[in-house]
Amino acid sequence: MKRLKITYDSFRLLSFAILIPTLIITILPFILIISASFTNEDILVRYGYSLLPKRFSLDAYIFLLSQWDIIGRAYGISIFVTIIGTLINTIISAGYAYAIYRKNNKYRKVLTFIVLFTLLFNGGIVPSYLMWTRFFHITDTIFALIVPNYLVNAINIFIIRNYFSSNIPEAVIEAAKIDGATELRVFRVIILPMSLPVLITVGIMTGLTYWNDWLNALYYINNPKLYGIQNLLIRLINNITFLQSSQASTLLGANVVKLPSTALRMAMAVIGILPILIALPFLLKFITKGMVMGAIKG
Amino acid sequence: MGKRKETMSVLLLALPALVYLIINNYIPMFGIFIAFKNFDYSKGIFKSDWVGFKNFEFLFMTADAYIMIRNTILYNLAFIIFGTIVAVGIAILLAEIKETRTFKFIQAGMILPNLISMVVVSYIVYAFLSPEYGFINKTLGKIFGIQEMNWYQEPKYWPFILIIVFLWKNAGYLSVIYAAFIMSIDESLYEAAKIDGANKFQQICYITLPMLKQIVIVMVLLSVGRIFNSDFGLFYQVPMNSGALYDVTQTIDTYVYRALMQTYDVGMASAAGLFQSVVGFITVIVANAIVRKINPENALF
Repeated sequence: MKRLKITYDSFRLLSFAILIPTLIITILPFILIISASFTNEDILVRYGYSLLPKRFSLDAYIFLLSQWDIIGRAYGISIFVTIIGTLINTIISAGYAYAIYRKNNKYRKVLTFIVLFTLLFNGGIVPSYLMWTRFFHITDTIFALIVPNYLVNAINIFIIRNYFSSNIPEAVIEAAKIDGATELRVFRVIILPMSLPVLITVGIMTGLTYWNDWLNALYYINNPKLYGIQNLLIRLINNITFLQSSQASTLLGANVVKLPSTALRMAMAVIGILPILIALPFLLKFITKGMVMGAIKG
Repeated sequence: MGKRKETMSVLLLALPALVYLIINNYIPMFGIFIAFKNFDYSKGIFKSDWVGFKNFEFLFMTADAYIMIRNTILYNLAFIIFGTIVAVGIAILLAEIKETRTFKFIQAGMILPNLISMVVVSYIVYAFLSPEYGFINKTLGKIFGIQEMNWYQEPKYWPFILIIVFLWKNAGYLSVIYAAFIMSIDESLYEAAKIDGANKFQQICYITLPMLKQIVIVMVLLSVGRIFNSDFGLFYQVPMNSGALYDVTQTIDTYVYRALMQTYDVGMASAAGLFQSVVGFITVIVANAIVRKINPENALF
């Protein structure tokens, strides 16, 4: 019995011995960009990006603040698109999920098939690109960032439907209906509040999708004023100098006319992931749940 | 209350999403006929001339077709094999950590790369590979004696780079799924094994792995079903759209994008896109049929 306990403990030690280095390797790339963003520009140009700032500097962030009109705008667009897209997605997905959950709905099989088939077959990007641009004319509108591709997805609908099936007994609904509640009222007053955990989970996963999306803008946005933070990042890695303006050199002092472009790139990347880094501790539970639900029985 | 009225109000709840699915998903399905036309922007979608299978003939005559299909399939195979091995390994170790806070801390770190966009990933890769300032050229290379080079011009390293980036971004996320499954295994099985004198490695070999086998097979099959799809960002943005790397970074998705948005060859783009949709449809159906045989609960339908 004693020997058994030892092997058990040594395996746990082994787990830590492998997981901790793995964790460090996973995190190091983040340290690299954060450190680089706080490093003095001259040092970066000489020694390249490194894991600890050889000479600490806030120049890149001061510069970013001076350009807040461009960056703040992109941030605002990303936040707006994320909130609106997530709200619409979650609410209309829940409505659809309710329709394929209710056994008294004689069209539930058809509706289930309609959503399921979208997981199996798609027309590809070309027809949908031509449809959105030539029939709906969404190019260079805010709709282009919200509407194509992400407003409803089949996995979300199935996750919510499964949650209804296993957590909300039909009897609850029947009781409410005997009391005279309509289906719409049942959905609003009983179903939505009872399924808050799954709606939050689905909402967070959708929110991440919108926050991280850059493909819609790649296809449908030509006007940089409508770029969210991700597409601003793409533009920046190709051409950092468009951030430069006379305003910046006055702010940093006359002797720093040069753009801290090397550090600036990394500071922008840090700004891009900052909301996720901050929110992660609070969202972790929902995110891991969402990952598991999304993978198994979508 | 009338049955009819009841049905109507339930349908009303489904209506917004239904309309969206019809527009976003179903209309483009009917749009696949564009692949059989010589699309001309001035004539429009319906008035362009029919050309039968000409677009496909042209597409498959080029070397592009072979390269993009080869890359798409081989990368996916590598991702599936290495991704599964690494994720299952991490999951087994992760499930050993019983202290909730430590477990959560490690898990949070492991899934972090999965939560960021491919654009940010491309910045991180740039921080490593930048010819002038990169961590590899300037620091790691000096330590390990690797020659400085312009990584974005050297195709031979990119298969490894892309596999590493994929694993870094996705292995943690996959391990979360597997770890959740391992932790749902009935604890009494392990208790019984312990009483029979099984050590930890025997427990893993005879309980964890066999229990995990089914879900791993299902996950692998579902990935195989999507073997003709690729993560556009990984193959386009991470290599910085570098022309020197096309040979090893071109996949069906990057080809369709480049043909549609950069060379304006709608015929080639739609032919490649339709090929991807049709072959993808077949692989998903086959994969799902096998999954259903193994475990009907995990089948898509």
